[in-house]
Amino acid sequence: MANPTKKETPITMDVFTAGLWKENPVFVMMLGLCPVLAVTNSVENSLAMGLASIFVLVCSNALVSALRNFIPKQVRITTYIIIIATFVTLVDYIIQAISLDLYNKLGAFIQLIVVNCLILGRAEAYASKNSFGKSVISSLGMGLGFTLALVMLGGVRELLGAGQFLGYQVFSTNFQPWVVMILPPGGFIVLGSWLLLINYIEQRKTGKLIAEDLASHCSVNQH
Amino acid sequence: MNPESLSFIFLSAFLINNFVLALFLGLCPFVGVSAKRDTAFNMALATAFVMFVSSSCSYAINLVLTAFDLEFLRLISYIALIASSVQLVEMILKKFSPALFRALGIFLPLITTNCAILGVALFQTSRGYDFLQSVSFSLGAGAGFGLAIILMAGLREKLELSNLPNITQAAALSMMLAGILSLTFMGFAGLGTTV
Repeated sequence: MANPTKKETPITMDVFTAGLWKENPVFVMMLGLCPVLAVTNSVENSLAMGLASIFVLVCSNALVSALRNFIPKQVRITTYIIIIATFVTLVDYIIQAISLDLYNKLGAFIQLIVVNCLILGRAEAYASKNSFGKSVISSLGMGLGFTLALVMLGGVRELLGAGQFLGYQVFSTNFQPWVVMILPPGGFIVLGSWLLLINYIEQRKTGKLIAEDLASHCSVNQH
Repeated sequence: MNPESLSFIFLSAFLINNFVLALFLGLCPFVGVSAKRDTAFNMALATAFVMFVSSSCSYAINLVLTAFDLEFLRLISYIALIASSVQLVEMILKKFSPALFRALGIFLPLITTNCAILGVALFQTSRGYDFLQSVSFSLGAGAGFGLAIILMAGLREKLELSNLPNITQAAALSMMLAGILSLTFMGFAGLGTTV
């Protein structure tokens, strides 16, 4: 609940950029992993999923933040879920209208955005405590960070698994695709490799692990 | 095997299309609660029970919604249903097993946002299962989730005893392990065509 006497801190660039890398929802906070692994077998799917998530994240966080003084504390989680479910139903119908092909590829995972822990987590941890403008900017940053992570995974998986990027042939036809990369195990292995690489770079740079101080905080704050 | 038969639906949800390792549903508890074997086991039981209750109820709700042409309310009613069945499990546990209730702690209310549970409800609707098929599907999915999370907890307990480089800490190595587990589960694809 917002405290009316507390002075709002001004909106800075940090609010926006935090979600992009420093608190990247996937690589640092490990939130919303299900769509991350399930739909990233090509860049196209990753982008579509990322955009759909940004839409739901920004709209629902804006609404939660606007209504934060009216939602009774006891039923807040239920209210948030209903708000999120409304926007997801919208996205579901919009994607169906724009491209049925894409809709069939993403399957149930569009509807499963409802239970993406990232969205509920941000609503609970940020939008319910901060002003409208700040929530919109922060959730936009988080959404972009989420999309970035999806594309990073999807790019590697499509490149190695099909020899393509966004549908364009990258390697010559002699390239033997690593089919396992676009199958389920590839998702886990590519995400694991990205995490290893990020940990390594972070350790070289600062001498400590990026995940260390956030690990305990995340397991509690996961949703 | 006939893909419509009850035993095949169970087997398919349990092994061939394992919810965690093949469909990537329910990864948050899979990573979050798999540090110890006994908590993992309790989590698996609670999840399987919620899955069973919510899947049977969502079958009934879907009948009502289809009868009144209200399919666009499906998602919202399913999520409300799951939230209430989690509340039910919470009350039952608090009454009959307070120790277990405390052990699960924060992860109990979080079952609401476990995508595997909503996944069961959505898949059984889109595949048009009848009531018995839905029950068999939800039991298989619950057993599959339990199998995956307990296997993972066993592996992670072993890892605690081994000497690992710094950069594999946090979730990086768990993801790699899950990848290898998922690779082995692909072997079950030989049991029958995936649905």
